[in-house]
Amino acid sequence: MDTWPGADGNLAPEPAIETLIIEVLLALMMVTVVALARTRNLFGVVVLFGVYSFLMATVLTVLDAVDVAMTEAAVGAGISTVLFLGALLLCRSEEARPVHRPWLPLLVSVAVGGLLVYGSLGMPVFSDPGAPAHRHVAQHYLANAMDETGAPNVVTAVLASYRGYDTLGETVVVFTAGAGVIALLRRRPGRRKP
Amino acid sequence: MKDDLVLRVVGKLLIPFILLFGLYVLFHGDYGPGGGFQAGVILAAGIIFYALIYSVEEARRVVPEPLVEAMMAVGVLLYVTVGVAGQVLGGNFLDYFVLAADPVAGQLRGILLVECGVAVAVTGVMLKVFYMFAGRGNLDQ
Amino acid sequence: MSLAGHFSYFATISLMIAGLFIVMARGNLIKKLVGLGIFQTSVYLLYVAPGKLIGGTAPIIQEGFAVYANPLPHVLILTAIVVGVATLALGLALVVRIREAYGSIEEDDILAKDRE
Repeated sequence: MDTWPGADGNLAPEPAIETLIIEVLLALMMVTVVALARTRNLFGVVVLFGVYSFLMATVLTVLDAVDVAMTEAAVGAGISTVLFLGALLLCRSEEARPVHRPWLPLLVSVAVGGLLVYGSLGMPVFSDPGAPAHRHVAQHYLANAMDETGAPNVVTAVLASYRGYDTLGETVVVFTAGAGVIALLRRRPGRRKP
Repeated sequence: MKDDLVLRVVGKLLIPFILLFGLYVLFHGDYGPGGGFQAGVILAAGIIFYALIYSVEEARRVVPEPLVEAMMAVGVLLYVTVGVAGQVLGGNFLDYFVLAADPVAGQLRGILLVECGVAVAVTGVMLKVFYMFAGRGNLDQ
Repeated sequence: MSLAGHFSYFATISLMIAGLFIVMARGNLIKKLVGLGIFQTSVYLLYVAPGKLIGGTAPIIQEGFAVYANPLPHVLILTAIVVGVATLALGLALVVRIREAYGSIEEDDILAKDRE
């Protein structure tokens, strides 16, 4: 690892392969989503969603977001799939044939996509070290987190220390959602199907 | 899946390591990838795996529902307690510098306690949600 | 400005509109939630992708490395994922209750039943 090309602070001279991996994975994700939208069996949809989540976790690993990738693999592909299957068990697992052609949603989606593409053209290019996102508070975190908190993992330091108040809010949200599920599902299904 | 011999044996072998990995992710979160959220989800996934292989009743016996419900609240309360402890010891809310004589050691202690709170809360919520869905019968049956 | 340099944005946007389309066009409530999940996941990509520096490494400080990815989006998205699954559970609980009350999870059936 000592001979790693960016060790002296310069970017790696041959970034092509990293970009290529990311692009191939993103293309695979798009294929999965198209297959998912066309599948009518809900069990298949849930399994494809698990595939999609694993691909997302892989992309996040390549994007150096290891903490996020770990969470996505455990949550998106693990717990979400179990919850979807648990809900499917309580419902019917076949989607009805749509009664009308989805022209209006298609039009709205494409229009939104066009607007977003237009907006993204003004964004900094991929992996631009001079992008505003890299020049702001992130530099402070990377330079000082180790000395100020003693935790080499900057993500943990920011999550629990610098932005501890945020994380407290998120934990309360998770707790509230759990309480909501209890409130919704606590009562036994009493009324028979009409 | 109760009668599947391969699943039962492999599950018995794997589940301790899944739970151990969850704890590793929690306590090693300062130094490597990981933290409270991931650890909570991995611990919950280990128990859910157990419930899927053996049965939900068996899992309820190992991790009873009152415990799970208590975990949901205790996690959040542990987080808030760390915040209030900072105030009591003379700092601001969620100020970890005052938790130990050395400010950096205080930070590490605060981060670890807070991550434990997050992990307990997330494990509790995930398990509770799973129990709620798994314990509900289909209307058609 | 190069189109190749914006590929990550375009991929994110296409995933986003695919999720939006599924939410709007499909009448099945579980399919809608999957679409919502895809939309949500594309937002993770929107946040994390600009934080990547080619040739950099994960933001865990260690001797011998100087270029790190931006840690701030990782923190924001980490919490978003867990909150996302909690709200997904809430949505699924609502779907189960709707199924018990109406006997269907198809939007058209539910609307027809409401009009009766």
